Amino acid sequence: MRMEKFETLDAVAAPIATPNIDTDQIVPARFLSRPRERGYGGYLFHDLRFDDSGAEKPDFVLNQPAWRNARILLADWNFGCGSSREHAVYCLHDYGFRAVIAPSFGDIFFGNAFKNGFLPVVLPADAVADLRRQITEKPGARIAIDLARQTVTAPSGAVHHFDIDPFRKQCLLQGVDEIAFTLGHGDAIAAFEQRQAGEVSWL
Amino acid sequence: MTEAPRTLFDKIWDRHKVLERDGHTLIYIDRHLIHDGSNQAFRLLEERGLKLRRPDRTFGTPDHYVPTSSRDPSTITDPDARDMVAAIERNAREHHVTVFGIRDPRQGIIHVVGPEQGLTQPGLTMVCGDSHTSTHGALGALAFGIGASEVAHVMATQSLWQRRPRTMRITVDGRLAPGVFAKDIILAIIARIGAAGGVGHAIEYAGSAIRGLSVEGRLTVCNMSIEAGARAGMIAPDETTYRFLAGRPYAPKGAAWDAAMAYWRGLPSDDGAAFDREVVIDAAGLAPMVTWGTSPEHAAPITATVPDPARAPDADRRAGWESALAYMDLKPGTPIDQIAMDRVFIGSCTNSRIEDLRAAATVVKGRKAVIPSWVVPGSGLIRRQAEAEGLDAVFKAAGFEWREAGCSMCVGMNGDTVGAGKRCASTSNRNFAGRQGKGARTHLVSPAMAAAAAVTGRLTDVRRLLTGA
Repeated sequence: MRMEKFETLDAVAAPIATPNIDTDQIVPARFLSRPRERGYGGYLFHDLRFDDSGAEKPDFVLNQPAWRNARILLADWNFGCGSSREHAVYCLHDYGFRAVIAPSFGDIFFGNAFKNGFLPVVLPADAVADLRRQITEKPGARIAIDLARQTVTAPSGAVHHFDIDPFRKQCLLQGVDEIAFTLGHGDAIAAFEQRQAGEVSWL
Repeated sequence: MTEAPRTLFDKIWDRHKVLERDGHTLIYIDRHLIHDGSNQAFRLLEERGLKLRRPDRTFGTPDHYVPTSSRDPSTITDPDARDMVAAIERNAREHHVTVFGIRDPRQGIIHVVGPEQGLTQPGLTMVCGDSHTSTHGALGALAFGIGASEVAHVMATQSLWQRRPRTMRITVDGRLAPGVFAKDIILAIIARIGAAGGVGHAIEYAGSAIRGLSVEGRLTVCNMSIEAGARAGMIAPDETTYRFLAGRPYAPKGAAWDAAMAYWRGLPSDDGAAFDREVVIDAAGLAPMVTWGTSPEHAAPITATVPDPARAPDADRRAGWESALAYMDLKPGTPIDQIAMDRVFIGSCTNSRIEDLRAAATVVKGRKAVIPSWVVPGSGLIRRQAEAEGLDAVFKAAGFEWREAGCSMCVGMNGDTVGAGKRCASTSNRNFAGRQGKGARTHLVSPAMAAAAAVTGRLTDVRRLLTGA
């Protein structure tokens, strides 16, 4: 089994300017019992995106023509905080997003993203603010991400470098399946278990 | 040569390293807790033809989707939700995992059941596909929430790739005033450091006020670590911890207890151990806390007024406060104790333990709820204990609903929701927009404060009611 790869992405970026967008906003809890294979794109930002009758709220960013097909989300700090629901990533992914750029992320969301071929990029707050200004002034403007080079290229052409730990970078670039990878280290796990059995006999 | 002083976190982390690679550590997981939302991970495993590596280290109970009106799963109207509750028991049979099913008196919220059964112990690494797994750190475990892919990874390998977090110590010194509880401590901490204040950190709570808390109170504090952005919160084990654990079903016994104690006593952070960040809070200055907005960091003393976004410390927070007040339908300057409530929820992995129910019952006794009010005990065993103590009679006499154990209205996944536009004083952990159901407005409070709101119909300083008691 392979994980989805991420190498480069050149796509329309949509701005979400509110801090602390929690995973309950990304996908309300009432949708979480739906099987994964039914697709989650329709639930993304559901209560921000649709009114009570199910009609689109015209003000919401993804309901505006220029951003409807965005594949990069430009968010604010602590994006994806709250619940561990991986469905938040499924929603973004199934809608068509492949990357989120923000000054900071909820830790669990950040980890979940990598398991789904989805790249969360941390950039300094001023860089994010500048990118947001550019894509807001020119709706439909594109941002380019190159994972191997660890760069984000703004519509203006300005290039921002981002940090990512090498382990996660390699997993994404190569589409490494983490379970298969870890099972390849089965001997080390077995050795740990043998040692531990003597130490914590009561478990 | 003397070793460098280490923190509680360092000691557990170092002891659970399987191997390291490119800045990531493969950490061995001692206990894996599952719930009815973990079904998908079983399916990921089955798709690959894999088995659980350590079914003996895996324990679970259905909590998110169970009804709290009865113990009959056939009363669940949503077929997908009914499948989830059925699936955990089926998965348990097929994969030989211990699960306390919906008709088992030990069923409850997984983060209540783990400590109650003695599954949660000092020095263990514990994970669960739920962000409030940080709760278990109250007994000195390293415990954190993970997503579904990581749940499947733990099932297959009993281990997890992690980047070592930074450490933060939050020292809470001093004596809590009457009417001020563990919930108020953690809300004050989150108000201070912010909802992202703990991102990338494991928090250790220390100081005399933390030492003075019961295990129940410590569980409340560690539970909400994730609301400060930290995946893990922990408290060094001490005599309070050992007294709590002794005799619990899965706690070690006899010679094993002595061996465990030898390990546990070595866990507290060494004198001089360095933390990446230190925060100090004065417990004596704390008042009962209430949230007014849509992030747990939007917390203030009950004596305060709704803040004015014009006075927010920066533009980001101004935007956050404005959207929060719009959602909450509140005006700046409104005294918080004049905000009328539509209902009350006492429950959740934050505040549904016996001590929480006792604190609420103390306020309720001899009074009447003037708005619809629920008590949802954290487990079937807590429910029984409360009934043995007569607490259910106190609540029922006051007009409260006395319900069955589950996550219930904290997250509304089982259909227990507040209602659109309604305002709820809730002992749960998240006041996010729509968290308690679409359009619901949540005010987070302690159990005593929730009880005070139930009997007055508005957010009320519980200290006034306790004085007259």
